[in-house]
Amino acid sequence: MLNASTLLLIPLLPLLSFLFISFIGKKYLPTLSGTISVLVLSASAILSLAVAYNYFFVVGMTNGFYQAIIPMKLEWLRFSPGVSIDMGIILDPISVMMLVVVTFISLMVHIYSLGYMKGEERFAVYYSFLDLFTFSMLGLVIASNLFQMYFFWELVGVSSYLLIGYYFTKPSAVAAAKKAFIVTRFADLGFLIGILVLSFHSGTLDIQTLIARLTTSDTTFYASATFTGFMGVSSLTWGLALVFIGGAGKSAMFPLHIWLPDAMEGPTPVSALIHAATMVVAGVYLVARLFPIYAISSPHLLELIGYIGIISSALAAIIACTQTDIKRVLAYSTISQIGYMLASLGVSTYGGLNGEGFSASMFHLFTHAFFKALLFLCAGSVIHYVHSNEVRDMGGLRKKMPITHLCFLLACLAIAGIPPLSGFFSKEEILAAAFAHNQTIFYIAWLTAGLTSFYMFRLYFLTFWNKDYVSHHDTHEHHSEGSWNMKLPLIILMLGAVGAGFVPFHHLITSDGQPYESEFHLNITLMAVGLSLFAIIIATIFYRKKNNLSDKISSSISQLYDFAYHKFYFDEVYQFVTQRILFNTIGALSSWFDKNIVNGAVNTTAFITEAFSETIKPLQSGKVQGYALAFLFGILGLIAILFFFNF
Amino acid sequence: MIDQVPLTHILFLSTALFFIGAYGFLTRRNMITMLMSVELILNSVNINLVAFNRYLHPNIDGVIFTLFIIAIAAAEAAVAIAIIISLYRKINSIDPEQADELKY
Repeated sequence: MLNASTLLLIPLLPLLSFLFISFIGKKYLPTLSGTISVLVLSASAILSLAVAYNYFFVVGMTNGFYQAIIPMKLEWLRFSPGVSIDMGIILDPISVMMLVVVTFISLMVHIYSLGYMKGEERFAVYYSFLDLFTFSMLGLVIASNLFQMYFFWELVGVSSYLLIGYYFTKPSAVAAAKKAFIVTRFADLGFLIGILVLSFHSGTLDIQTLIARLTTSDTTFYASATFTGFMGVSSLTWGLALVFIGGAGKSAMFPLHIWLPDAMEGPTPVSALIHAATMVVAGVYLVARLFPIYAISSPHLLELIGYIGIISSALAAIIACTQTDIKRVLAYSTISQIGYMLASLGVSTYGGLNGEGFSASMFHLFTHAFFKALLFLCAGSVIHYVHSNEVRDMGGLRKKMPITHLCFLLACLAIAGIPPLSGFFSKEEILAAAFAHNQTIFYIAWLTAGLTSFYMFRLYFLTFWNKDYVSHHDTHEHHSEGSWNMKLPLIILMLGAVGAGFVPFHHLITSDGQPYESEFHLNITLMAVGLSLFAIIIATIFYRKKNNLSDKISSSISQLYDFAYHKFYFDEVYQFVTQRILFNTIGALSSWFDKNIVNGAVNTTAFITEAFSETIKPLQSGKVQGYALAFLFGILGLIAILFFFNF
Repeated sequence: MIDQVPLTHILFLSTALFFIGAYGFLTRRNMITMLMSVELILNSVNINLVAFNRYLHPNIDGVIFTLFIIAIAAAEAAVAIAIIISLYRKINSIDPEQADELKY
């Protein structure tokens, strides 16, 4: 089962589907393309599940450890002996888990889109982009070589650009797509430099070799990477930090998070895909992939990553409490949850029970994929029904859309960490890991968990309760909450969001591949669940019925509220830095320099050359006798010189 | 008898011949005459070779080179006349001034 050809099919099937739809399907089978895509993705998902079963329960475990398996590796581009870009497949617990998550969520999004995108003009193109996106993410997940990973990393960026800018006639969508691409591309520059630094010192690009060389302190590679440095920090740490910048860009971590809320301009199923399975978890996955190096060789950097994660998490949660666009609230909640995952990685160390943060992070990634995809798809159904993103146009939808209502409620309970839904288990593990290793992070995480419950239930009540639904579109009054292909993924994902927590993650995915027994922390559980319930009750009081309590509170802290409502003015700061400082000052200066000095130098050279050749041009007259005369005088001159110098 | 003619006289003759040839080559407007001028130059060289052979290095080398040059001159005349004919076919003239297509 774990042979190369089967594994290759998992990413290649979506790629083939992408190529097929782009070249043939778009023209000849415009409406059938979606079905083809769904079938292909189902095959991929089934293969992934089979691979996961085989890996975890049949072949993966040797000597009590889950070993990494490399079923295929092709040398593609060799720079020097040892340093080459390979195209390989690595199977270890995290990559296998990601294979399942990516293919499964993508399949759900594919099915859902059959209904959601029905009748769109560029329906087939949409599916081809979805397949490209899935292919890129799968390639990223199974990459065995750091450069191969970078390769697919950029592909993910391109496909997200295409999908966010899907409604390219809308200027805001175009701007959002550009913003997402430029911000992540800017961060990817860090990733690239980080790769170069790490491979320069370790002499390899292969991930396993890299980890082996940079974690054992008696190798020459390790010595070279730690001995040299810049500004008092070793180049190993710099390399890892730069790699993390790439990850932070993709994972929308503070302060590179600005692209994610704008990315809501894409179709809603795409948001589900971006937020749950592909793209944003890539950064977490990257840190997890290189986790041994971070944990063993650069623990302080890992701690910093943890702080960045938890600060992003807290800031995003505060912003989410004030937003009124249903998708934006969910977008900030994604930043918050991704921050949780990174914080959890940050409080982890390598191996054994101390590595429970790693396990918890991957666990949260897994459960988050289900409930976040579910939340987005529910939001998609609501938007489909209401034709608006604003929560003030919603309210009272629970009677109109019962299935969506149930799914959304369960997803909210899951993200709020109410037992026994999936989010509870993963959040408890994260909080327990944080409590054991870093109390500061623990308390921020705990408060953020409360905020999470609050804003999720605020959103839930504003959408489904609050007031009676009044349709603004009389013509659409009769339509239901969506066709079967929109409801089916909701129900499947709901089962996932409810049940995913029962997967025994600390037996399957650990930092060193060795299963451990996790402990149950009753006090932490009580603290977290208590705070969540409290937050839910507050949200109920504020938003279940229409009242002005929330307005009173927000006006009493109006400054803070405004500050959060405007997303802490991050966009404005970026605007100021890029517009005023980069464009107007540095840009204008370099433009002047380019126009006058660089261009001037080039033009002067050209002018001198032209004038000179214009002068000497007549020498080539085409008259043989003229040449002969010059030749004769030349010879005579030479003879004269020879005589003169007495050779 | 020839011993009474000093070497310088013969060299003078060959130098004169050379410059007459060179002058002709540079000034004629007819490629046939230019070819004849080239023959003059070649012959001036031949005279030089024979003279030095006779006066300074009395062995066979100079004579052999002279014969060699005469053979080369014959070949060169054949090639040059072929060029002149095809040039005439192309531009209807054998004036080298007219054949200036290779100028800037």
